[in-house]
Amino acid sequence: MKIKKEKILMSGNEAMAEAAIKAGCYFYAGYPITPQNEIPTYMARRMKEEKRVFIQAESELAAINMVFGAAAAGMRALTSSSSPGISLKQEGISYIAGAELPAVIINVMRGGPGLGNIGSSQSDYFQATRGGGHGDYYTPVLAPWSAQEAAHLVMLSFDLADYYRTPVLILADAITGQMMEPVIMPLKSEFKKKIPPKPWALTGAKARQQNIAKSFFLKEGALEIHNQKLKKKWEEIKKNEQRFHSYKADDAKYLIVAYGSEARIAWEVVDMLRGENLKVGLFRPISLWPYPDSGLQKYARNVKKIFVVEQSLGQMLDDVKLALPGKEIKFFGKTGGGIPSASEIIKFVKKAL
Amino acid sequence: MTKKFFRPPSLKNVTTHYCSGCGHGILHRLVAEVIDELGLREKTIGVAPVGCAVVAYDYWDFDVCEAAHGRALAVATGIKRCRPETVVFTYQGDGDLVSIGMAETFHTANRGENLTCIFINNACYGMTGGQMAPTTLTGQITATTPQGRNPQAGEGWPIKFSEILAGLEGVNFAARSAVSSPKEIIKTHSYIKKAFTNQLANKGFSIVEVLSPCPTVWQKKPADAMKWIDEEMVKTFPLGVIKDK
Repeated sequence: MKIKKEKILMSGNEAMAEAAIKAGCYFYAGYPITPQNEIPTYMARRMKEEKRVFIQAESELAAINMVFGAAAAGMRALTSSSSPGISLKQEGISYIAGAELPAVIINVMRGGPGLGNIGSSQSDYFQATRGGGHGDYYTPVLAPWSAQEAAHLVMLSFDLADYYRTPVLILADAITGQMMEPVIMPLKSEFKKKIPPKPWALTGAKARQQNIAKSFFLKEGALEIHNQKLKKKWEEIKKNEQRFHSYKADDAKYLIVAYGSEARIAWEVVDMLRGENLKVGLFRPISLWPYPDSGLQKYARNVKKIFVVEQSLGQMLDDVKLALPGKEIKFFGKTGGGIPSASEIIKFVKKAL
Repeated sequence: MTKKFFRPPSLKNVTTHYCSGCGHGILHRLVAEVIDELGLREKTIGVAPVGCAVVAYDYWDFDVCEAAHGRALAVATGIKRCRPETVVFTYQGDGDLVSIGMAETFHTANRGENLTCIFINNACYGMTGGQMAPTTLTGQITATTPQGRNPQAGEGWPIKFSEILAGLEGVNFAARSAVSSPKEIIKTHSYIKKAFTNQLANKGFSIVEVLSPCPTVWQKKPADAMKWIDEEMVKTFPLGVIKDK
């Protein structure tokens, strides 16, 4: 392995792909869709070099179900796609959550609904943070704002997936996926807990009882018990895995809340407004589920107004409202590939002060 | 006298939920027999379908993976590529394999995945109440073809999927048999065995289609259901080896 601590110029998509390889991802299956095509293209070459498995699947459905199989076999498995493709994968994600299998799914969001467009968008937030597929479940969702952070979060997501036996979603947007930046590839994740072994994996029943990977609980009451067990897991994740980043938020009188590439723009806005003696700070959720409620509440305590900015018609806005009842919250968003620019955000903030 | 007939260890000593006269019991046993004869129980991973055989893992005593409806071969691909040292097979019905899972089936076969596919064709959806399947015979009455399947009315023709798959380079072995007589059961056993030994020899994709009775949906006595396979089903789905590379 030639990569040490050197800085490499790569797109967010490539950084996520390489980080997956560094995390020990043994299996990748995917289907072409813009703006995430750099991931399967990169994986096709690198997985072969590493003597691991790359499959260009016939569909998103096939890809996620191949990941189900690979995860059931005990291997670290990844698939990636963009919004319309992620909708197709929801069937499999629900099964993976129900069967308690670890897997990582990358969504490099584009505009919707329907075929939408290929512009950057953050309009899959509802789908990502409310389970996404059918049934009573959640998946941890991590949202990077740079290629560097995307690499870190992909590494972390494999550990989270294994530790909690759950699918983990990386929710990137087209800008984060496409933008090229210098990246120092991490060699291991920030996750500190010990990753447990996988005695449940399907390996052939040698010197042990039969293993079954399934999400089907037909006997009366059995699914209720299973779902309650899952609920305990979601609660544990809620308690342990909230992540956020703040910038000049300690003394802020006004707080901008944004994630992903939009937070990158808002970050610049903070400095520009501070230059005009306006005490503005940034709160950036990194885990979108679980939403970092307590972090937001802490920074919002002495703040007069909250400004939520998204590349959507207002989806994360709901979580901000849930976290901060009674607080004055203003929203600015653009949809369908529209990206709130720094000057637009400044105009919006000044008008709403 | 020595006892020759016994329960294969890969088949659990439990009662199944299947209707009387159903073919799944015979087929579960045939699969278990072959696995034990080849000494594969400890390296086998089965993939169960959605349909009447959804809880096949309650009857087989080896590792089994669930698959969403139609996705068994995609799941099997993921398992086998990660664990090439294991023996992976899918057990799927006609709706699962030919209708909702046609894309997965076709492309898995086309990639020549080194897998074994057991395809149970009973010309109907059994579990959901006897609707038309892609393999429902022309004229056959089902819950959703109350006048009998009529291709002229836009209900399509029965799909001979094993023949279609046999045309793919990736398919090593394709055969069709039935469980309607001891002779055909013995033949089914030999085809299934071949489909497993092919995998052991890394020969690629093998499929065994088995015509199997559903007396409940067909509204026939078990013996008459067997007769219907021999007299009617085989006219649309001829028995024998379709491809042996």
